[in-house]
Amino acid sequence: MTTEAVLLAAPPITGIGHRIVPVAAILALLIAVWYAAAVWLNAPQVVERFESDGKSWNARQLIEASWSMERPVLPAPHQIAHNFVETVFETPIDSKRSLVYHAGVTVSATLLGFVFGTVLGVLLAVGIVHSPVLDRSLLPWIIASQTVPILAIAPMVVVVLGSLGFVGLFPKAVISMYLCFFPVTIGMVKGLRSPDPLQLDLMRSYSASHAQVLHKLRWPAATDFLFASLKVAIATSLVGAIVGELPTGAQAGLGARLLSGSYYGQTIQIWSALIMASIVGVALVALVGVAERLVARHMGRPT
Amino acid sequence: MTQLGTRLAAAALMAASFVAPVGGSWLARPATLVCALAAILGAGSRWDARAGVAVGLITVVVGAAVPLMLLDGPGPFGAAAPGIWLFLAGWTFAVWRMLSMFSRLPGRGAGALVAPALFGVALLYLWQVLVVGFAVPQVLLPAPCQVGHVLATQFDVFWLDFRQTFLKAVLAGYAIGCGAGFLVAVIADRVPFLGRGLLPLSGLVSAVPIVGIAPILVMWFGFDWHSKAAVVVVVTFFPMLVNTLTGLAAADAMQRDLMHSYAASYAQTLMKLRLPAALPFVFNAMKINSTLALIAAIVAEFFGSPILGLGFRISAEVARLNVDVVWAVIAIAALAGSMFYGVIALVERAATFWHPSYRA
Repeated sequence: MTTEAVLLAAPPITGIGHRIVPVAAILALLIAVWYAAAVWLNAPQVVERFESDGKSWNARQLIEASWSMERPVLPAPHQIAHNFVETVFETPIDSKRSLVYHAGVTVSATLLGFVFGTVLGVLLAVGIVHSPVLDRSLLPWIIASQTVPILAIAPMVVVVLGSLGFVGLFPKAVISMYLCFFPVTIGMVKGLRSPDPLQLDLMRSYSASHAQVLHKLRWPAATDFLFASLKVAIATSLVGAIVGELPTGAQAGLGARLLSGSYYGQTIQIWSALIMASIVGVALVALVGVAERLVARHMGRPT
Repeated sequence: MTQLGTRLAAAALMAASFVAPVGGSWLARPATLVCALAAILGAGSRWDARAGVAVGLITVVVGAAVPLMLLDGPGPFGAAAPGIWLFLAGWTFAVWRMLSMFSRLPGRGAGALVAPALFGVALLYLWQVLVVGFAVPQVLLPAPCQVGHVLATQFDVFWLDFRQTFLKAVLAGYAIGCGAGFLVAVIADRVPFLGRGLLPLSGLVSAVPIVGIAPILVMWFGFDWHSKAAVVVVVTFFPMLVNTLTGLAAADAMQRDLMHSYAASYAQTLMKLRLPAALPFVFNAMKINSTLALIAAIVAEFFGSPILGLGFRISAEVARLNVDVVWAVIAIAALAGSMFYGVIALVERAATFWHPSYRA
């Protein structure tokens, strides 16, 4: 219930205008509020600076100054956009200042952790569906495992794996894996149990083995659940990779950008890293959606 | 694995430890020898319906004592001999057999808790024995006993941390975030334009790592618990919004038509049909949020906090390599998160007793 309820929420929407107008209106409202908030939050600092310079000022100057501060409390959208364009398009990709470079580091850890997590999640789900012992004993602990604050484990994961000779990508991927196996397990347990009793009885009357039932009935029946879970999993995997970069003292990655921005009060840098993370997150989820459509077509389902 | 298979494997592996070295002579430790023999006898015997639980429990407990006694003797830890691991492997099979026996108990009430509880205790025990047996450095992974000792001796410190993070930041943020998400969902349902604009945006937000806003909110709201509560509000808002919106659409057309034919007003339809129908979805969001909230508050404390709080304790003690304290905090957080989740699940069961998933 956890995963698909969230994902299946988007209602079927017909017509482009029907869809674009409300979103655009809400977005425009958000941006207007944002500009107003930028003035409101930055004004005290700006006023202080004007007064220390002994200059007189009017409302227009105040607004202009509060939208163009170097380290604002809340940067205005155009400042973030400018920084974003500068670090994404106008910096060579292999440079340490390029946001594309940092996003690449984070995405590679995300994808590695996503693959690990999916494999682990599916294996656990298959075990739970086939063994009453695992179902009764392990499933509650899998749910409890998600109450462990992952960031707390992150430094230790890095220390332990580092002492075993693993550095760089792998520790972050392990943290991603820990976060993203959970939705896969829960979704797949539900999916592998979704064939109705009549179908299972039919398989039994064919004297199908457990492996055959899994391969020919349970697995195809679970694909919808699998992809719904994978969409959640890849988003949490990205969170895991970013969080994994915070305590590990990573030199590169979106998490490292967030942390260094927070240390040095570079709010614009934080926001543009956040925007990049959002774009990456949306793109990854969309990628899973494309895979889902391809698989559905391959299985001959209406899309 | 069949019953007979587990039974033979358990007894055979335990017995095999007598031909492998155990780090000393069995005869030198009569008590251990007696326990080991009793465990082998118990593991090899039939566990029938009446006395099976008693025999099984005695086997598991007595068997668990053997490696502990062997490891407790003189000689360096970590020089544990192969015999101990053979015995432990046999013991694991006995536990598995015990678990499968408990799994056949009726799945309601306290009976449902026995198997997971035994599983958890067995995991803790294996962790303890493996860490001691292989002499894992404390910096890598402390033994559960050590963590328990830290928990007991520094309880006052942890209580203050818990109060700061959970009772202040998490509960306040959770209440505000869930409440706001719920209200906005009801309004967005009433004003379809708002709903059509908000849904795709909240779909976007669900793909965004919201934890990233923690440094910004800490800058805005200061180091105390208010900034953590603010992060929790943002993190819990969207799951609640999306789930409530879905839930409000869950009442089916026939039921709505019935309300319409009763000439029920919008408010009456909302209160008597659509909100009750949305409850399973609302509780679903509350359950998701219960664990999200705690994690968000702890993560937020990494970006700055006063000198207390669970997240602060973790970051401070990791830096000093006091890994046992860190594990103690993790245990507290996991326990608090599980209990939070459990309380909401209980309330859900009481409030949505009519839902098919509870009527089976």
